[in-house]
Amino acid sequence: MTHRQLISLLIAASIFAVAAACMLGSTPLAVPRVLAALAGQASAGDMMVVWEIRLPRALTAFVVGAALGTSGAALQGLLRNPLAEPGVLGVTATAALAATFTLYYGLASTWVYALPLSSILGALIATALLAAAAIRIKSVVTLILLGVGLSSFSAAAMSLLLNFAPNPFSLSDMINWLLGSVANRSFDDLKLSAPLVALGLALLFATRRGLSALTLGEEAASGVGLNLRRQRLAVVTGAGIATGAAVALAGAIGFVGIVAPHIVRPFVNHDPARSLVPSALLGGLMLVIADIGVRLLPTNAELKLGVVAALIGAPAFVWIAFRRRAVND
Amino acid sequence: MTELCARNISVHANTKALVEHASLSLRGGELVALLGANGAGKTTLLRAILGLIGLSAGVASLAGIDIRKLSSMERARQVSYLPQRRPLAWPNTVRDVVALGRFAHGAALGRLGKLDAQAVDAAIESCDLSSLADRQTDTLSGGELARVHVARAIAAAAPFLLADEPVAALDPRHQLGIIKLVREYVNDGGGALLVLHDVALAARFADRLIWMTGGRIVADGSPEETCTVQQMREVYGVRAKIRSDADGFDIRIIGAV
Repeated sequence: MTHRQLISLLIAASIFAVAAACMLGSTPLAVPRVLAALAGQASAGDMMVVWEIRLPRALTAFVVGAALGTSGAALQGLLRNPLAEPGVLGVTATAALAATFTLYYGLASTWVYALPLSSILGALIATALLAAAAIRIKSVVTLILLGVGLSSFSAAAMSLLLNFAPNPFSLSDMINWLLGSVANRSFDDLKLSAPLVALGLALLFATRRGLSALTLGEEAASGVGLNLRRQRLAVVTGAGIATGAAVALAGAIGFVGIVAPHIVRPFVNHDPARSLVPSALLGGLMLVIADIGVRLLPTNAELKLGVVAALIGAPAFVWIAFRRRAVND
Repeated sequence: MTELCARNISVHANTKALVEHASLSLRGGELVALLGANGAGKTTLLRAILGLIGLSAGVASLAGIDIRKLSSMERARQVSYLPQRRPLAWPNTVRDVVALGRFAHGAALGRLGKLDAQAVDAAIESCDLSSLADRQTDTLSGGELARVHVARAIAAAAPFLLADEPVAALDPRHQLGIIKLVREYVNDGGGALLVLHDVALAARFADRLIWMTGGRIVADGSPEETCTVQQMREVYGVRAKIRSDADGFDIRIIGAV
């Protein structure tokens, strides 16, 4: 399968999955009814189900998955390790912590941008810290341990906030961020955060040639003409913005950024640059499908998307870690 | 004619001098070997010439221009660099790794322009890698991998090549193969500076030998002039017997000083 065929296949599958997300649910809608609703010619009820509930929710899942998948692929290219990922490195947790802060102090309701901007800031702090550390510590294992520490610290700080939650409502709000969910997202939420995700992804795509060059290691990469400092800065900023905006939309969802690039890599000759677009599409596709699953599972309380992603992703992480060739440590 | 030139370069790590007052020049059509014991400062000198590390004194220049004033891309189009440690993070195909040598020319993997593709094909051909071009690098032997790295460096088609121990850990046949590749590059007009540990190999193929010890350049001249018993003692701390004939130098290490 060529690069182009892979991308076409993933685009087709993504469209199909989003369409399926519009059809499936507590009130199943057949294809003609979904099409009519999309064309704006269905009953008020159908219109509401598709435009207010299912479509924005599916698109949110897709945007979040795309942001996390691309950030994962780019961070893996930068750090030259298949285990690097916003979740594992503590970036999503730090972003979620920052988001929780604004919820805790009620800032989110006074200014709409408070939530996305604070979670982006949280993500940027984490990525900057990791990139600064990556220059000093050569061992990627140490770097991942640093991420684990960052993650644990953010989780602890978040527990502290939960502990002192002023009322049950803000408690449940904060738990939503902690667990990760795309339930009840509207087009307004998307309009707010999607451009930020797009900005982050654009920055990451701009670094793609440098990611290929880094395959040779940092010294040879600067030898072939890569400006290392600029490359690091761009990847860190891009991944920070994209991940932060994704967390603002859906809370902390882990492991998408590790699983999607891992599946894609063999199809793109293991080139980090060519893995970016397919990782975005596959990340989005995976979350749309996982979210359909979450909605269809006959449980009393709806499962959180982040929980399902972790239930699938964590074993995959362990598996990839186990099979990794010890080359660049 | 362009010249890669180091004038009075010093490099310090904290207070320790890694390289002191080193000067050398490299022109097209010249193969120069940089010799010295482990820790003599050879790698540091290469990095300093490329502007990859900070200098505490001196200047490295390319055609009269301070190399640190050039952007990474401009420098890379003029000087190709093969570092000592050559990790490959991903199991890319041979062709993709070689194509990374065209980075400074704007090449993107999988979508090479005509010129880039030609340079990559030529490098693959000259390094005898045609049959391996679509193989993943993690399936290659050490000798094949060394040729891939040399091909990557040659694909840049830069006027200068700095290579840090390009033949380390290779068997004699592969060492010869790599040196002959570099020799061809030099015969085509390139200027190459190689860090080598095999003095006999260096003396046979290089036009000039530069000897380093304790961060200083102690000799710079033709193999006939500089490859002496005394030099071996001073630079490597060994007693040696040296004979030369039409096939090159026969250097026998008898023992440590």
